[in-house]
Amino acid sequence: MITLIWIIQIVLTPLASPLCIGIIKKIKAKFQNRQGASIFQPYRDLWKLLHKDEIISKDASWIFRSAPFIIFTITLIVGACIPLFASFFKEMQINDFLIIVYALSISTFFLALAGMDTGSAFGGFGSSREMTISALAEGGLIFSFLTVALVNSSTNLFVISESTALIQSRPILPIILALFGFFIILLAETARFPFDNPATHLELTMIHEAMILEYSGKKLALIEWAAANKLFIFAALGANLFFPLGIAQTISLNAIIIGISALVIKVFIVCLIIAVLESSIAKYRFFRLPDLLIISFILNVVAIGLIY
Amino acid sequence: MIKFFLKILKTSKNIISINNIDYKKTEIIELGGKIQNKVKKLFKGSLAIRQVDAGSDNACEQELVALSNAFYDVERFGIHFVASPKHADMLLVTGPVTRNMAKSLKNAYECTPDPKIIVAVGDDAINGGLFKHSYAVLDGVDNVIPVNYQIPGDPPSPKTILVSLLKILETLENKTSK
Amino acid sequence: MIDIITSQMSFVSLLSFFAIGAIGSLILRKNDQLSNLCISFFAIIGSIWGLIFSISSLLTGHSLSFVVNKSAYKFLSLSFNIDLLSSFFIFVISLIVLFCSIYGIGYVKHYYEKYSIGALGFFYNIFIIGMLLVVSSSNAIFFLIAWEIMSIASYLLVVYDRNDEKNVKAGFLYLIMTHVGTVFIIISFLLMYKFTGTFDFVTLKSNVNSIPLYIKDIVFVLAVIGFGTKAGIVPFHIWLPSAHPAAPSHVSALMSGVMIKTGIYMMIRIFLDILQPIPIWWGLALLILGAFSALLGILYALTEYDIKRLLAYSSIENIGIILLGLGSTFVFTSLGAKSFALLSLIATLFHILNHAIFKSLLFLGAGSVINQTHTRNIEKLGGIIKYMPQTAFFFLIGSMAISALPPFNGFFSEWLIFQSLFQGIALLGFHAKCIFIASAGALAFTGGLALACFVKAFGTIFLARPRSLEIIHVKESSISLKIGMFALAVLSLLFGLFSGYLINIFEKIGKSFDGFKNISSFVSSSSNQTIAVGEKFASVSASVFFILFVSVILLVIFVIKYVINRKQRIKIGETWDCGTDLTSRMEITATGFARSLVIIFKGILKPSIQHEIEYDDSESRYLPKSRTVVLKMHDLYQYYFYQPLQKILTGLSMRIKNIQSGNVNAYILYIFIALAVTLYSVL
Repeated sequence: MITLIWIIQIVLTPLASPLCIGIIKKIKAKFQNRQGASIFQPYRDLWKLLHKDEIISKDASWIFRSAPFIIFTITLIVGACIPLFASFFKEMQINDFLIIVYALSISTFFLALAGMDTGSAFGGFGSSREMTISALAEGGLIFSFLTVALVNSSTNLFVISESTALIQSRPILPIILALFGFFIILLAETARFPFDNPATHLELTMIHEAMILEYSGKKLALIEWAAANKLFIFAALGANLFFPLGIAQTISLNAIIIGISALVIKVFIVCLIIAVLESSIAKYRFFRLPDLLIISFILNVVAIGLIY
Repeated sequence: MIKFFLKILKTSKNIISINNIDYKKTEIIELGGKIQNKVKKLFKGSLAIRQVDAGSDNACEQELVALSNAFYDVERFGIHFVASPKHADMLLVTGPVTRNMAKSLKNAYECTPDPKIIVAVGDDAINGGLFKHSYAVLDGVDNVIPVNYQIPGDPPSPKTILVSLLKILETLENKTSK
Repeated sequence: MIDIITSQMSFVSLLSFFAIGAIGSLILRKNDQLSNLCISFFAIIGSIWGLIFSISSLLTGHSLSFVVNKSAYKFLSLSFNIDLLSSFFIFVISLIVLFCSIYGIGYVKHYYEKYSIGALGFFYNIFIIGMLLVVSSSNAIFFLIAWEIMSIASYLLVVYDRNDEKNVKAGFLYLIMTHVGTVFIIISFLLMYKFTGTFDFVTLKSNVNSIPLYIKDIVFVLAVIGFGTKAGIVPFHIWLPSAHPAAPSHVSALMSGVMIKTGIYMMIRIFLDILQPIPIWWGLALLILGAFSALLGILYALTEYDIKRLLAYSSIENIGIILLGLGSTFVFTSLGAKSFALLSLIATLFHILNHAIFKSLLFLGAGSVINQTHTRNIEKLGGIIKYMPQTAFFFLIGSMAISALPPFNGFFSEWLIFQSLFQGIALLGFHAKCIFIASAGALAFTGGLALACFVKAFGTIFLARPRSLEIIHVKESSISLKIGMFALAVLSLLFGLFSGYLINIFEKIGKSFDGFKNISSFVSSSSNQTIAVGEKFASVSASVFFILFVSVILLVIFVIKYVINRKQRIKIGETWDCGTDLTSRMEITATGFARSLVIIFKGILKPSIQHEIEYDDSESRYLPKSRTVVLKMHDLYQYYFYQPLQKILTGLSMRIKNIQSGNVNAYILYIFIALAVTLYSVL
């Protein structure tokens, strides 16, 4: 039984993340009064990309070739180490929120280096913008996790998600504020509106897409998959740390099924909110984005102040 | 904001369906070696198109832009446009290739990974069209890069382009409805 | 056996190794190669002996104190006190000296026939002796003599490359700033002497109760200014960015990795060991200074396009982070929360060790690149990864370590500092909590900005295409340079993986302080290298992360490359840049990379742009011949702090100069007044 749970925990992130992307695209298409691709389209895209050949620039070095593997591995590891549907993995060694944040920074580091590696103009400024946003987003991310950690007096992600029982005695207002702060950082780190337009063709407006313009074939599939994984990880973290209702606390089949369905519903709600947001607002001008990130940081600081 | 969403919900759907299309009558021209069936099967679920403007008069581009709107909605077949030839499976070339764009078109061709399909859209791209024998053009895409399919028309309507694309991928023969 | 190793004899022999190396290289100065060999050999032997000495003292907990001989002077006694904290610093010094000397064997060949290698060797070894004496001396006058030896030797090393005018100016600024700092240190020692009657550190500690509180506060301010000048705390840091690039690279590594930590060592020694108990505002002031240093250091590093200046500003940032740890230690000690103070002290010491390792690694890597390309300007480099693959790899490891990416060592020390700040936020009262929140915010932001800075540095130097034609002649560095860098890179990974074990040693060091004996530790590490803070608050494991990462990446590579679509072909083609011809001017430049951040922080950095256009025909002004854009950064400290200070001092001196009027009658009047005042005060 426990091995089955472990297997689900490990493969859930890579298997479910393209579905999230598909759902967001479908909802956006519906808002545009179109029919849109089916929600399983990203799986077909990944399959096709894995079967294509590659063309690698002659200016690229081993960093370009190895970055997709490193990035995908990091998202796999992080996806397996966060509370998805179960919170009884407390003794897992990698459960501190700081190591999750800095492990995700490893993927940003290598993606930015890979963007600069081919020497194209797009990759360079894509890396520059990505590092700017990521540098400022890290403060907000650490502090939003810190708020829930201080409320639950532990930085272990699983312990935080287990505290449903104390929902009466937990202070609600700091958690709501921290959730808003976290949501802004979610949009920043997963390259969604208003930070970045994932469907744009104009290099002027690209951030994440600009760094991967040189990739093709299997490496492109890995990077797109890793981006989808990152969205799923952030959505699951937002869902389980701030509203851990329904998360499985005991090892029983009932609890697991409730846990997985709760996760599905919560991630669907997050995808719905992202899709509605993307259909209603425009992407912000680049120099307005630090204001948003500082707002997120201040919300989190106020939330910490309100705990005590 | 709520009024905006309500308006979206109230707008009727007017997307065209491909049920009643007589695909035998499409005028697509096949050149070069036949694309292998294996390749067509690979692209049937998902096709990434990179559109290259080799000096065209933008008539074909307008029609191609119309392909992504709510009426034709090419995305429902898994076809989408991408930003870089390295991500692309198909190059849609428009325009008689002007001298200044010849090298760039060749670069785009070489940067597209195999297996790939090259389609020339519009009469200009097939043999120079309006600008045939001008000193500034090279009279058709197949003088620069090997072309697999040609879609005639000046410009071909979006419906023609849509049906031709589906015929290339042989989606029409296998899809029953929608 | 251990007794012999940790005895007085062995410490004196440690010093004598370096002394022999110094004198030997001076004697052999006529022959470049022999004197290079002499320096390196004795420095390497000395540092290995220093490592053995310090490791055995740390492992056995043995501390050593002795007096060499009672000298004729009443106040100066050559007394040494090597307790666990000093042994730790001797360990850091020896470790970095070992690898810098190995690196130096190959690097110094660059200076043959140009400058005197004998002088380089002499001052290098004297510098090391100075540092060793600073961390082991136990008498204030002796300490000051050692401090001066260290400063003068490093000044002479900074101006070693004297053909370049900028190096001489940088050295001069360094000399002035370090002596100003020494003045403040002397005043603070004199104040302490006045109230306790002794210069000896051990006796000072036992007599500390006779110092009234307001004198302690004054001593604190003076000592922070004095030692802060050496350590590079903002706003006393202005010598660091000019002096560290000017020195030869292995000396820069030593200065940046080790010498600035001696300032921190003395702060720990005086505030934590001698002047206990301390009021809480000292720790809070250090936290604020640390937060400012960290943020400003990394912001200025982002604007730099000279590799070594970038690394020097990054050292200022890391000193800020060390001060954050140190400040929280002081806050917890003054509140009596001894176990949290121990946690912060462990974090601080760990970060000192880690920064020494990865900063030296980065400086050595930069030195190899500069050696081959003869330019420090990043904008002219690029694509070096194809010509110097191993150097690039080591520099990459250094960049990952300094950006606090797991599983390298930088992550674990920053993690511990974060944990101590989190404990502070959770437990303290309102005002202290606000400062701790601000510090944690500063640390979080500087982590992200450091990542951006080192992506810029590594990416512009090593990746993509060369930006100037000279790069094609670049060759890989020679074997001794590679060994030095390789060893430091391996240490960086190992200290990260075995950080649990190291924390036990730091705990032992921390508990050797008087105030910390017999307290339960808040941080513990288990056998499989899991570090846990508190009972259930936080835990992280280095080796598990590393093993998991390596195994999953091998699995992914296997599945993707060999299981799915084995028949894939990979072609080498061109970079896609919309079909144009790619030149080196199309790549991103270092200035361009950081420009967004500079504009976001323009309130602090104050960038300025100047445009100039030159036209073909100056009357009709239609066709521009050339355009020049000058991007400048306004140095805030020069403008708001040092220039007004300089104006006040110069104005004051001009006024006072009027006393020297040249009039003999005035001079006789002065003598008369002085005589009258003296007679009056005596009678």
